[in-house]
Amino acid sequence: MSRQVITIDANEAVAHVAYRLNEVIAIYPITPSSGMGELADEWSAKGIPNIWGTVPLVVEMQSEGGAAGAVHGALQTGSLCTTFTASQGLLLMIPNMYKIAGELTPAVIHVSARTVATHALSIFGDHSDVMATRQTGWALLASRSVQEAHDNALIAQAATLESRVPFLHFFDGFRTSHEINKIEFLSEDDLRAMIDYELVSQHRARALSPDHPFIRGTAQNPDVFFQARERCNPYYEACPEIVQKVMDRFAQLTGRQYHLFDYAGAPDAERVIILMGSGAETAEETARYLIERGEKVGVVTVHLYRPFSARHLMKALPATVRKIAVLDRTKEPGAAGEPLYEDVVAAVYEGLSQGFAPFKQAPVIVGGRYGLSSKEFTPAMVKAVFDELQKDQPRNHFTVGIEDDVSRLSLSYDPSFSIEDPQTVRCVFFGLGADGTVSANKNSIKIIGEETDNYAQGYFVYDSKKSGSVTISHLRFGPKPIRAPYLIGEGDANFVACHQFSFLERLDVLKYAKPGGIFLLNSIYPADKVWDELPREVQEEIIAKKLRFYVIDAYEVANKTGMGGRINTIMQTCFFAISGVLPQDEAIAQIKKSIQKTYGKRGEAVVQRNFAAVDQALAHLQEVKVPDKVTATRTRRKPVADEAPEFVRETLAPMMIFEGDRLPVSKLPADGTFPSGTAKWEKRNIALEIPVWDPEVCIQCGKCVMVCPHAVIRQKVYDPKYLENAPATFKSTDARFKEFPGMKYTLQVSPEDCTGCALCVEACPAKNKSQVGLKAINMAPQPPLREQERENWEFFLSLPEVDRAAISVSTVKNSQLLEPLFEFSGACAGCGETPYLKLMSQLFGDRVVIANATGCSSIYGGNLPTTPWTFNREGRGPAWSNSLFEDNAEFGLGMRLTIDKQTEFARELLQSLAAQVGESLVDAILKADQRSEAGIREQRQRVALLKERLAGINDLRARLLMDVADFLVRKSVWIVGGDGWAYDIGYGGLDHVLASGRDVNILVLDTEVYSNTGGQASKATPRAAVAKFAANGKGLPKKDLGLIAMTYGYVYVAKVAMGANDQHTLKAFLEADAYEGPSLIIAYSHCIAHGIDMRKGLDQQRLAVQSGAWPLFRYNPMLLDEGKNPLILDSKEPSIPLADYVYNETRYRMLAQSDEQRAELLLKAAQEDVKRRWLQYKQMAEMVMKINGNGHESAPAQD
Amino acid sequence: MVELKTQYLGLELKNPLVASASPLSKKLDGIRRLEDAGVSAVVMYSLFEEQIVHESLALDHYLTRGSDSFAEALTYFPDLGRYNVGPEGYLELIRKAKESVSIPIIGSLNGVSSGGWIEYARLIQEAGADALELNLYYLPTDPALTAEELEANYVALVADIRKQIRIPLAVKLSPFFTALPNFAHKLAQAGANGLVLFNRFYQPDFDIETLEVVPSLVLSTSDELRLPLRWIAILYGRVAVDMALSSGVHTGQDVIKALMAGAKVAMTTSALLKHGVKRASEILQEMQEWMETFEYQSVQQMIGSMSQQAVAEPAAFERANYMKALLTYDNRMIY
Repeated sequence: MSRQVITIDANEAVAHVAYRLNEVIAIYPITPSSGMGELADEWSAKGIPNIWGTVPLVVEMQSEGGAAGAVHGALQTGSLCTTFTASQGLLLMIPNMYKIAGELTPAVIHVSARTVATHALSIFGDHSDVMATRQTGWALLASRSVQEAHDNALIAQAATLESRVPFLHFFDGFRTSHEINKIEFLSEDDLRAMIDYELVSQHRARALSPDHPFIRGTAQNPDVFFQARERCNPYYEACPEIVQKVMDRFAQLTGRQYHLFDYAGAPDAERVIILMGSGAETAEETARYLIERGEKVGVVTVHLYRPFSARHLMKALPATVRKIAVLDRTKEPGAAGEPLYEDVVAAVYEGLSQGFAPFKQAPVIVGGRYGLSSKEFTPAMVKAVFDELQKDQPRNHFTVGIEDDVSRLSLSYDPSFSIEDPQTVRCVFFGLGADGTVSANKNSIKIIGEETDNYAQGYFVYDSKKSGSVTISHLRFGPKPIRAPYLIGEGDANFVACHQFSFLERLDVLKYAKPGGIFLLNSIYPADKVWDELPREVQEEIIAKKLRFYVIDAYEVANKTGMGGRINTIMQTCFFAISGVLPQDEAIAQIKKSIQKTYGKRGEAVVQRNFAAVDQALAHLQEVKVPDKVTATRTRRKPVADEAPEFVRETLAPMMIFEGDRLPVSKLPADGTFPSGTAKWEKRNIALEIPVWDPEVCIQCGKCVMVCPHAVIRQKVYDPKYLENAPATFKSTDARFKEFPGMKYTLQVSPEDCTGCALCVEACPAKNKSQVGLKAINMAPQPPLREQERENWEFFLSLPEVDRAAISVSTVKNSQLLEPLFEFSGACAGCGETPYLKLMSQLFGDRVVIANATGCSSIYGGNLPTTPWTFNREGRGPAWSNSLFEDNAEFGLGMRLTIDKQTEFARELLQSLAAQVGESLVDAILKADQRSEAGIREQRQRVALLKERLAGINDLRARLLMDVADFLVRKSVWIVGGDGWAYDIGYGGLDHVLASGRDVNILVLDTEVYSNTGGQASKATPRAAVAKFAANGKGLPKKDLGLIAMTYGYVYVAKVAMGANDQHTLKAFLEADAYEGPSLIIAYSHCIAHGIDMRKGLDQQRLAVQSGAWPLFRYNPMLLDEGKNPLILDSKEPSIPLADYVYNETRYRMLAQSDEQRAELLLKAAQEDVKRRWLQYKQMAEMVMKINGNGHESAPAQD
Repeated sequence: MVELKTQYLGLELKNPLVASASPLSKKLDGIRRLEDAGVSAVVMYSLFEEQIVHESLALDHYLTRGSDSFAEALTYFPDLGRYNVGPEGYLELIRKAKESVSIPIIGSLNGVSSGGWIEYARLIQEAGADALELNLYYLPTDPALTAEELEANYVALVADIRKQIRIPLAVKLSPFFTALPNFAHKLAQAGANGLVLFNRFYQPDFDIETLEVVPSLVLSTSDELRLPLRWIAILYGRVAVDMALSSGVHTGQDVIKALMAGAKVAMTTSALLKHGVKRASEILQEMQEWMETFEYQSVQQMIGSMSQQAVAEPAAFERANYMKALLTYDNRMIY
């Protein structure tokens, strides 16, 4: 039977099977598994049925823990149920996994295996998550490729039904989950053939039902628990054989034969590597290569890791084996060895002692670690392991793939060793996220995979920035199946394309190029001019490798054809034209067919523009006649300035240019601690245009400074004397601040850190009276301004900061004189979250500790290489940390508890040392009023004096006090996170922390979706908005977190929207911090996931408030003491229809465009939500209430 | 009983009051209510070329933006399978309208280029529209673009569309043409079966506090009737097309004036937006009462009865009219 052949990634390959074999699917987003849940939700929304003809019910839960609970319940009541997860998500499922297994419940969950956070979070792949479940009683089935993941999803389902042991099916996160490869697609008939409905029926018969009631989930005592626990043994004993039988049946059906342990290699192999996951494919291919060259080696791929069948493993091993290396993609510090290693050692021991081993003499067994967090695992590394086994005493507990110059555990390897098949074509593309390079390559690989006889593979590498991010695409295709789950190596690419000319100035793009290969460059310089514009290193490499060199001005073609910044189809067309994968005409026909397929439903205009781009591309493609000598006068730029700190130069700089793999262990901190304020060293120069100040028009309001998401536009007021050394083009004008008569004022932009979002220009209220299209700041091209403004920026930074104690910060204008201690993050251009964080850093940054929930803010706030939280000239700045996604409120509370306890301790010590320290100082410290900046400064001075005195006191208490004395200066705790955390996964903790009454400030950056994982619905998602996991438009209204928090009565609550009322936002931040109890600020954060023009983010905030969708309010419990109503409504009654706000956003529009009727229904309901909520708030705010039985009534607050 | 029947674009209409293109026809329910209120035909809201292109490009832009840039968020929106960014929703509404009402449905297309979008004309026909109204709504701002070129483009566009369809075609014009009769004649030659006079441009306003140009939508008044009235009176009998008067039709008397000038039908929207759809039946009632009072038997009788060629003093429609009005005004000032 011939099956459909498709080119997809493993997430999709697995979802196709899981979706069709289940009835209930409980989902929650987590990278890299989110794609499976998203597809399931989309298919369900589209009404696609499973193999039994019913559309699976897909439900998003509040956390993976919740998803596991829902899975457990659905299984207990007889559904076929699944979920998809990874990493911390899987860890949250563990308690339920014990239960599900303990109850012998057939189920399969699919895991794209990902690193568990330790010294740092990593979204990438290894087996640390899966290994943390190996004790739960679930079967663990590993896949090593896209095809295997597709197949094993089915094999697992068939095996679980028969064995009653639940299955965790896993494959490597990113490397497999996101690798696009050509696979044979399992049809519905295949699925039906493998799933015995009788077994499903038996599962249903075991379900809880009041029609035949029983109890499951009892509590047991010492008398029977143990025996009952042992009762399941026969099922586990039977399981491996059941799996093998299912695999055999599958082989009969499809021709693809799997085993629990698959051996590949020489029949007389002496050296064998045992491992699982994608690395096994690399190992097997390398072994094959080495065998052809006479080596006696082999590889055992572990498919069924649990239940671990020692007998099957022994059967798989050749009798000739003398040395075994067991490779684990996980690390267990302090263990005797990593888990697979320990299992193999035990199995060999048992095999020998019980006589079922194929050999009589125990082989040498060593364990090694590889591939943590998707670290590359290449044939060179495999060879290094085989080579190590050749030694008399191979090293044990080694690592491979890194240079460990600390513990000296790493094996060295030859990076130039390559086993690439000469018939396979390898291509590497450098692009910007925004230029569509990856999309084009995904498309190309599909065309090659599905429209030609070639096999094809695509894998994509992204940096960690959300704006101006660099992407590297690795494509392979050829006549043989591609089993190479590793990146294309240096010197291995037949084709290298660089879609951004500027990359040549900082990245070594051509290191991938093979001698005689092809280099395609998107260049504004034509073929006859481009050579002299190239950096020396590039010229040298082109000449040395004898590369054929092509250029195209893709941006010109894109402009002509209305494609804007998207050069994807243009570069794709050039790739096909040059690479010759297909005859040119056919290639163009295929590209067009694919354009029609991809964009057709978005409208004819889109298709036509893309067609035009394809047609124009070839006409502009030029081959460069490569000169035979180097003419360049300039070299590649250094990644960071020479004056950067050593750590930045030596550790962070290589990461900035994709060379982090080369860093040895010693260059990295042992405990995950990194210096603050490193983002300033990474000059990304990503803005095409930057704001330029017009002092004549400027009213010095500070609004632009406040809204700048990247802290690149700043204002200072300073003494005119400083202008003496100002650069020639430095602008200055008289300050218009009543506090600063006779001073000068400058508004300055950092040209190299700006992202060009233009939010500042939108926020500027001052218009040029002679030309109203101009404001006090206007966008202008960056390149001609770069040098001049860089110099101005440096000078600007050298000017003194404003004296914090000298101004009242309660106005926007004044507050924006404060130095931001959050700058140049990698957030999206125009981000709606970061201005709030920056404001917080300005107001409280020198005394704040921040607990940051995982999400966008932890990524742009803490993802290497460089980080934005910084410090002032006194060396003070925000102390920032991220624990998890779910525990952030508790994490922050813990910080508060430390501060409260240590402050108390310090005060106790201080009192007891009053005689030695001096009564008056002690008294002043203990009674200090620290509500103002001036008060804090004075207290700092007192504490400094205290420390001086303590140093001279020989008393243990003085030593104790020295360590905690800084707590005598007031500290703020800010607990920061997105709505996914606050409304969903972390809500329980957030609620508890609010209830605790402790002085913490919780800032919810509410984008109304899980932004970081790509826009999945949260309980903050409003009714009528489309989001992933709410593909039909969210049917229920947004949870009113503010209202819930108000019910405590002692929680300060504010709902703010900077774009609607910046003064209100400022006030809320100041009040929240001043309130000596829990505070909650819910901040409207426009987001790229809303599908808006990000420049209009502030307008949307204003419309949200005007429509009533986002009423502004403050609930200040302090007012109760004044006999006032604590709730103050700060926005006016809704004045525009909700539609006028929401239909500016794609998240709402796309529903109207795809299902008008539902959109109308939901909009109507959403409009009613708004009205109802407004009435409710209004009544609450107007309420006159008796309090505390005092008999006096509280009037509505006047503010 | 007076006879209200009229013929417009070859369509037999039960009376001369037609609902012009407006948001009222955006929903099936609105179209039904228009029929219930007594209008004899409905011109659907306009399908805008510019809007279709813009919506399509905007949707593509926002679904694409940010995608494949960041490993955790390779996209930001689910794939919804289908989007009505093309004409499908519009066509479906025509189909449904044809199934649910018995009065003719006239499709309306707004565009100025001869691109692939004129295919929509054929699709509107296939969806069952009884006729098509082409709305030439374009503001030339390029000083290099001459009136000749612009008019030639319009005429070519009409000819192109004429080739696409067999149903009657009306062209809705703005009043801003230097030689309207000649242009009208050219349109008729290019295949237009009718002219709808006139389109109303929504003139933007200035907000002098925010220094913004703000869109401003002002509904018409009966005063605006006079511009189309004059031109219809002039064109009647000179250009071989049916004419519809649009702009300023608020009362039964307004309809009668339109007919007397030479229009086959009068089109209204502002009155219905202002007073509700039921205003249509009142207008018809007023018209009928007037005809009864003044003993008119049929609408046919009055069509063109006050056209320029039919009145005793044709010059009244020409420049003299303007001069006379001024004089009259001056006289009044003196007294």
